[in-house]
Amino acid sequence: MAKANFEVPEITGVTEVPAVQPDTMAHLETFRAKPEFMEALGFPGEMPEDWKEKAIEAMGDLLKKYRSLQVFLDACVKCGACTDKCHYFLGTADPKNMPVARQDLLRKVYRRYFTLAGKFFPKLVGAVDLTEEVLHDWYNYYHQCSQCRRCSVFCPYGIDTAEISMAAREIMDRIGVGDKYSNEIIGKVFRIGNNLGLPEPALADTLEGLEEDVYDDTGVRVRYPLDEKGAEILLVTPSADFFAEPHVDGLMGYGKVFHELGVSWTLSSYASEAANFGMFIGSYENMRKVSLRIRKAALDLGVKRIVFGECGHAWRVAYAFLNTLAGPFDFLDPNYPVPQHICEFTWEAIQAGKLNLDPSANDDMVVTFHDSCNVARATRMGDKPGGQFEIPRNVIKAVCNNYVDMPHGTIKEATFCCGGGGGLLTDDLMELRVKGAKPRMDALKSVTEEYGVTHMAAICAICKSQFTKVIPYYGFDMDQIVSVHQLVSNAIILTGEGEGGEEEEESAEDAA
Amino acid sequence: MPIEVNGKTLETDEEGYLVNLDDWEPAVAEAMAKEDDLELTDEHWEIINFLREYYEEYQIAPAVRVLTKAVGKRLGKEKGNSKYLYGLFPYGPGKQACRYAGLPKPTGCV
Repeated sequence: MAKANFEVPEITGVTEVPAVQPDTMAHLETFRAKPEFMEALGFPGEMPEDWKEKAIEAMGDLLKKYRSLQVFLDACVKCGACTDKCHYFLGTADPKNMPVARQDLLRKVYRRYFTLAGKFFPKLVGAVDLTEEVLHDWYNYYHQCSQCRRCSVFCPYGIDTAEISMAAREIMDRIGVGDKYSNEIIGKVFRIGNNLGLPEPALADTLEGLEEDVYDDTGVRVRYPLDEKGAEILLVTPSADFFAEPHVDGLMGYGKVFHELGVSWTLSSYASEAANFGMFIGSYENMRKVSLRIRKAALDLGVKRIVFGECGHAWRVAYAFLNTLAGPFDFLDPNYPVPQHICEFTWEAIQAGKLNLDPSANDDMVVTFHDSCNVARATRMGDKPGGQFEIPRNVIKAVCNNYVDMPHGTIKEATFCCGGGGGLLTDDLMELRVKGAKPRMDALKSVTEEYGVTHMAAICAICKSQFTKVIPYYGFDMDQIVSVHQLVSNAIILTGEGEGGEEEEESAEDAA
Repeated sequence: MPIEVNGKTLETDEEGYLVNLDDWEPAVAEAMAKEDDLELTDEHWEIINFLREYYEEYQIAPAVRVLTKAVGKRLGKEKGNSKYLYGLFPYGPGKQACRYAGLPKPTGCV
């Protein structure tokens, strides 16, 4: 079991609401971005002397831009429905991690400067001045929200804490107070094309290696093309798919699906990142700049379709905002969704009988599926309501004989965040990440004990990285996390596979 | 928090990675390992040296799969897997070994 310098919550299989323990997470302050990272994103490098005025000005600007923000700040009636819905509250017991309390950090300042009652009778309406102490709370607790929106599902008014948390981060960035993790990464996308900072030669070398591996494994030459002009499909996938495990096994799966369908496709070194951290920091401008790279790559390569790989919030940006940010995409083939999710793509191929699948290849697993928060609560797949829940499950069930869902109330629209979303997947927040994973770990434990579940599949790079890192703290093994298209990859029998390649296949399995 | 190596004080970032990659010398890895109560063996050095070679060529740490494959080729198939690497570098080959090798930390959804 992994070592921790904090107390790892005990998992029982059922998540109980903890008794409140004030300030248990007050010490956790993620690293600040250096001036150079801030300036690269168009923010001031340091806090200006008149930071209070600048912050209030920024809040006023956002209130004007986003009517939703003002509605959310005005509408709360303190009913308490959200209080026990946040995984970070459930895992840390810190009352400031209750969604309503998190919102109130911004709301009380909003009331002071933007409402009549707050201007004249602040104490009566819980309005406070913006002080360094308040700013400190903003920084700590708006970086303890993964913007997963579970609370908003239970709020009778639909108040979206994610949107409030994004606004808070944008206000802080505008006064030179940003977090290192997200802001350094966005800078890398602008400089190099992806979150990792993986330059084109390294990407080409990695993809070539994958082609070799698939050939060694199957005897079939499956291609993983890069920057190929005239390809029909541009695949935009998180750069973690090139780098980490089990992500890369999913990427190998996408390639096999494209290969079997005989469609030409390509990756782009210019837009080698699906993730869009501009959303995490609530910055429309940065989100737009990242999105425009995808548009440019699609135009330069002359593709007809755009498909997104397994990445949670990338799919939110792609599904909900891409057309606004970087459209119109009238140069793409209108017969296909713009853009399309790889799970939609694969599910269509399965339904059309175009893939030769052997689900027994996954018989060593009993699989469950973790709904990624952004996919579950901010997007859809296919053309029916709930498609974002059904399509990934349909794909898994088509390639696995043993599938079990986790308990009701922990999946689909009520899914728990992995604990590392929203720009919090950084080692200096490990305590929060481990504790925030507790509700998901409880649910996993319950199906492990009741149904013998051995593996949990996910369709988000952050979920996969977060889980492989934190589940050892709870006594699970990092290998228990798999990509959905890794399962597809295991089950696909490629055309021509096995013709004299069996020996190779066995030895490759031994090595794995 | 700077690190003391051979009488020199080298600057590191918040997470202990070298700020100036040119500051690296083998004694840096030894000093960092000592802080983690880890003794560097030849097997550790094989990995650290490979990371440095790869970085020299590609300006980035190798992907996990690239690393395991290279280790498998050089040191034998039974060692070409993540388990072997985690055995050597318990905090993760990507992060701990990169730090010892003087490389920047891999960022992103990893």
